[in-house]
Amino acid sequence: MDNRTLPYLLLLPATLFLCVFFLYPFALVAWQAFTNEAGFTLEHFRTMADHWKFPIAFWNTMLLALAVVPVQVVLSITMAMMVTRMQRGRDIMLYIWTIPLGISDLAAGIIWLAIFEQTGFLNSMLYGLGVIEQPTNFLSYQNTWVIFIAIALAEIWRATAIMLVILVAGLGLIPKEYDEAAEVFGASRWQRLWKVTLPLLRPSLQTALILRVILAFEVFAVVAALGGTSLPVLMGETYNYQFELQDGHVAAALALVILAISIAFTLFFLRVLRVPKGAQI
Amino acid sequence: MAEIQIRNVAKTFGTYQALHSIDLTIADQEFMVLLGASGCGKTTLLRIIAGLETPSVGEVWIGGRRVDHLPPRERGIAMVFQNYAVFPHLTVFENVAFGLRMAKLDDRLVRERVERTAGLMHIEALLQRYSGQLSGGQRQRVAVARALAMEPDVILMDEPLSNLDALLRLEMRAELKGVLEASNTTTIYVTHDQVEAMSLADRISVMHQGRIVQAAEPVEVYRNPAAHFVGSFIGNPPMNFITARNQGDGKWQVAGQQFTGPSVASETLEFAIRPEDLSLAETGLQANVRVVEPLGAHILVTCDVEGSLFRAVIDSNSRVKAGDVLHIAPEPDRIRWFDPETTLAVA
Amino acid sequence: MSVAESPKLPGSPRRAGNILFGATALLLCAWVLVPIYLLIVNTLSSPEAVTAFPKSFVPGWDFANLEFFAGFAGILKALKNSVLVAGVTMLLAILIGAPAGYALSRFDFPGKSAFRILILMTRAFPLPLLALPLAVMFIRTGLDDTILGLAIVHTTLALPFSVLITFSLFSGIPIELEEAAWTLGCTREQAFRKVVLPLILPGIAASAVFAFVISWNEVFAASVLTIENRTLTAFLLQSLDVSPMHLKFAGGFVLVVPALIFIFAVRKYLFAMWGIANR
Repeated sequence: MDNRTLPYLLLLPATLFLCVFFLYPFALVAWQAFTNEAGFTLEHFRTMADHWKFPIAFWNTMLLALAVVPVQVVLSITMAMMVTRMQRGRDIMLYIWTIPLGISDLAAGIIWLAIFEQTGFLNSMLYGLGVIEQPTNFLSYQNTWVIFIAIALAEIWRATAIMLVILVAGLGLIPKEYDEAAEVFGASRWQRLWKVTLPLLRPSLQTALILRVILAFEVFAVVAALGGTSLPVLMGETYNYQFELQDGHVAAALALVILAISIAFTLFFLRVLRVPKGAQI
Repeated sequence: MAEIQIRNVAKTFGTYQALHSIDLTIADQEFMVLLGASGCGKTTLLRIIAGLETPSVGEVWIGGRRVDHLPPRERGIAMVFQNYAVFPHLTVFENVAFGLRMAKLDDRLVRERVERTAGLMHIEALLQRYSGQLSGGQRQRVAVARALAMEPDVILMDEPLSNLDALLRLEMRAELKGVLEASNTTTIYVTHDQVEAMSLADRISVMHQGRIVQAAEPVEVYRNPAAHFVGSFIGNPPMNFITARNQGDGKWQVAGQQFTGPSVASETLEFAIRPEDLSLAETGLQANVRVVEPLGAHILVTCDVEGSLFRAVIDSNSRVKAGDVLHIAPEPDRIRWFDPETTLAVA
Repeated sequence: MSVAESPKLPGSPRRAGNILFGATALLLCAWVLVPIYLLIVNTLSSPEAVTAFPKSFVPGWDFANLEFFAGFAGILKALKNSVLVAGVTMLLAILIGAPAGYALSRFDFPGKSAFRILILMTRAFPLPLLALPLAVMFIRTGLDDTILGLAIVHTTLALPFSVLITFSLFSGIPIELEEAAWTLGCTREQAFRKVVLPLILPGIAASAVFAFVISWNEVFAASVLTIENRTLTAFLLQSLDVSPMHLKFAGGFVLVVPALIFIFAVRKYLFAMWGIANR
């Protein structure tokens, strides 16, 4: 086999696959969102935006991301730093902390349902402590803010692990000498974190944030399990249009909205956390 | 019989020219060392001979057969890699047997050959181990045994000793020399270590910026460098150079002294002398001593001769200290001359 | 630094720091484990205990829940579908992804960075949304509501990971090993089979497991694309409103258990895989 054609041959299946099942379908979505029988139209976007639930779903999705991601950043950095400092029990600790990595959003939603439902563990505990007289229905539509908190907790619980793994892997790539050099030059632990470790960790932080924020905009099954229809989010509305309302065009328009914010945030993180050429490890 | 001929071989990577039309013939059973600093193209040349790179132009002939378009396995070569490349998932025995099994030798013959080469490299006791259980030196032995077991016409070695510590390197160097001399193969050996090159080679090819600057016997390379680069690269400390002005009639003036040199027309030449060919004298080049470093058997004196840096290796009984002004005299028949334009030696 | 000189003194700041450190670590473990424990309690209690109040915090060791789950119409089929879809996804992701990973790690060629951008692009796209256009496309090609159709969507999810992970695995094997095999008489294909493959196999298995888990856990596309042949996640999602609590918990439990085992199986590779998948 010729060395010049071999790599292309090896890449061919993956490229074809992604073209047919990734690029082409996304073109189809755009096509569907912008056309009707008559041709080009913005009608589907209008339908989407005029629906009373759209702004609610939009802001719910954004607020959820805003509530969840910063907590996850702090939590995952803390955990990653703890892991690197740990002498004993590092492996078991890492395994436990990464368990949620394998748990689907649906399962996570169900797990937190067990805690928040009317006869759930939170009610039982509060009752046992004498805080409440009888179980309250936390997840009713009257308490959307409790639903919001429950979803946020479930998301933080489930999806911090992916950031942790990326950050631990990233920390592993940073030679210890930098930290030691900073220590020799008199930097405190806190200063070393801010001035040495975190800046060197930027590429990993970038990957983790992009991945995590996009997943946050896709939040769906956790919401379905915990909130039902009381707390609309973009992905759930997309599902509704496709399934309940059988309107593929508006579903496509919603998909484009999710896509647009995802890309906007990706570009934002690429820009903000970029590492200048030559400054990489 | 495996004479190797490299004819007009050049190699470019993108816009970078790694090798400029190399011509080299290596005789059957010769031990040829490719010597040069990193990035000089020596490894690229070796890999072209091995078939791990294809030349951009030119031909490679091994044993009268043109091989530059053949894959490595059809060239009758064996290779020892810098990082040994001992297969981690196979035992030492299976590593040494690997090539023999690929050649479909029958089991009894494989066992015989493996045991014989293992004996030669003193690794009989390690045959059932895995590479993870071996030290660097042992891995090195396995890598050499694996190549020798093939009984190849040509053995190619890419800096095989560079990852060993100094003492082990010395030991392995002597052992390699013995084993390879006994094996009747043609050897091409890449290194950046001039001492290694001197001690092993029948001939050394000194490479610089993608060209072979000089290919000659070790003593010749040392005594009669073909170019400024060779003199400055080989020898530790390297040759001293200073500008000489033409006085006519083969007379040259260097730092106020007159020397007899080549009768050429050019206005200046480079006067070159090895540090050990300088000695203290009543008259000679006037030198301001900068640093004095006792080396045990000798003293290394670094001094300034009319603005040029000079090093002299002198007898350890001499009393010299920094700040002294000395006269150093070059051994007349050890003086070499280089053209400052072409940097080549002038006779 | 001066603190370190008196480690024996009780109450020294360093000791207090260590205790705080250990406590935080344990607290974070509890944060991860307790919710899972509570799910297990719910799963292993009788249906009556699940809806009783106040609830017991220890399991009743009653398997009625799981039996009810197993007997629930359509569940076993959904379970089978989940396994099949995840299995096909795993095979596709590796068979398509590993050659690409190998090419990226071993060759320099024009167009390499374009391919990398294509792979990285998939990161910026909410991939489950692919289910929408593909639903239409699949109806035309007869792939709608089939195992293969859904597996294809899940493969687009898993493929970028399998490419990047196998790329990092292949890069971890020195090319010298392959070159040594070539000089010892191997063709490129033989060298791959005899040297690279044995070394890479555990890593490939780990990334296959990873692809399996991605598919096993996926909800949105599975719900959009399947009607008759629902996977477990799709089944559970669509019966969230109607199914009794104890069925949901049993379902959640069945979803979680294989994931736990898989993550345990690949834990060694998790970080190595992400080390380069990073860039």
